[in-house]
Amino acid sequence: MRIAYKTVKFLTIVAITLFTAVSFASESDKKHDVQNDGGRVNTKSEVEAYILHHIKDSHDFSLFSYTSDSGERKHVGFPLPVILWSSEGLVTFMSSAFHHNDDGHVIVEKNGLKFAKIHSKIYELDTDAATVSFDETHHATNAHKTLDFSITKSAFGLIVIGLLMLLWFSKLARQYKTKKVPTGFGRVLEPLVLYVRDEIARPNIGEKHYRRFTGYLLTVFFFIWILNLAGLTPLGFNVTGQLAVTGCLAIFTLVIYTVSGTKGYWMHMIWMPGVPMLIRPVLAIIELAGALIIKPFSLLVRLFANISAGHIVVMSLIAIMFTLKESLGVVGATGLSLVLSFFITLIEVLVAFLQAYIFTMLSALFIGMAVDDHAEAH
Amino acid sequence: MYNLIGAGLIVIGAGIGLGQIGGKAMEGIARQPEATGKIQTAMIIIAALLEGLAFGALFLGK
Repeated sequence: MRIAYKTVKFLTIVAITLFTAVSFASESDKKHDVQNDGGRVNTKSEVEAYILHHIKDSHDFSLFSYTSDSGERKHVGFPLPVILWSSEGLVTFMSSAFHHNDDGHVIVEKNGLKFAKIHSKIYELDTDAATVSFDETHHATNAHKTLDFSITKSAFGLIVIGLLMLLWFSKLARQYKTKKVPTGFGRVLEPLVLYVRDEIARPNIGEKHYRRFTGYLLTVFFFIWILNLAGLTPLGFNVTGQLAVTGCLAIFTLVIYTVSGTKGYWMHMIWMPGVPMLIRPVLAIIELAGALIIKPFSLLVRLFANISAGHIVVMSLIAIMFTLKESLGVVGATGLSLVLSFFITLIEVLVAFLQAYIFTMLSALFIGMAVDDHAEAH
Repeated sequence: MYNLIGAGLIVIGAGIGLGQIGGKAMEGIARQPEATGKIQTAMIIIAALLEGLAFGALFLGK
């Protein structure tokens, strides 16, 4: 485990240096303040909007943006493909066509259809409309949402991390064919793999069945952990803070323990032996709701809420240097924000591991309950 | 306004629960230091269940 701690330490240091670099960049950016602040984040409500925007998924990958000396707003990042299933079939274009506009003022024309992006959602305009018109609650009146299969920022992150994992772990697996002790990055991964197998899978699922499920548990553990850590870098991933992602992972676990449940497990759920007849249907309702709704829901919400809350806290603490600039001065506000965000980032590194561990642990526990032999329990 | 009060109540409840879990786990470890690993695992699982409940409530209240 010593090597694993070293990796965590190393990743922490990298994350923090990058974080502080970004913080400093934004601060020096504020020095040459020009009169029009072209989308620059300054006030409390702008900070709030920025954080909420970060938490959500987006259609382009922007690293940072700044205002050049000529007062022009420059965005650093790269566009991602937009794939839509519109009323006239498949439409694809690059998200750079929207020119970083997010309030529906830039209209993209493709295949005779018009599209606009409003709050990170892509709308298809009605055929006779030229611009998007809004009602008083800021809902578009002459446009509707389309089925969106775009490679968004989160989907991009998923693909990148998935490919990286495939590379690392297949390399680790291949090493065992020729030699007994892995070399290089395999030395970091081996103790973690053993940890998941011996500390999570084996004691919770039981000696008889654990081998079947170790693959899934390992995948889920490393997937969540690496994505959580990627979320702490300034790249701006928030993949494990997306309800769709955590929901999918929870559904995987649900399907696995539902499908592999033994007869005893289902008997105990539907027709509990050893209790009075009248109570059995009541218990069945409670048990079914627990197994099919509450367990996956708790898995889903815990991961989503923890990671989102972590992102919000880190970004709020970084934003202190803007919101408290008047009362504490530039140096004071920056110092306070640096110290606070440093320590909260350390805690977030711990949370990143802990949430991956808990998700895997609870999945193992639920699977263990399903495959356990209940017949001898009574 | 009301959902803020609700959020406060949730946090108070979750705090009491976490305090109980942590405190009892500490007592258990102090009595039987050789069972530290098992107690910690059980503690984390129960804390995670409690946290799931609290987050679920906060999420629904939002």
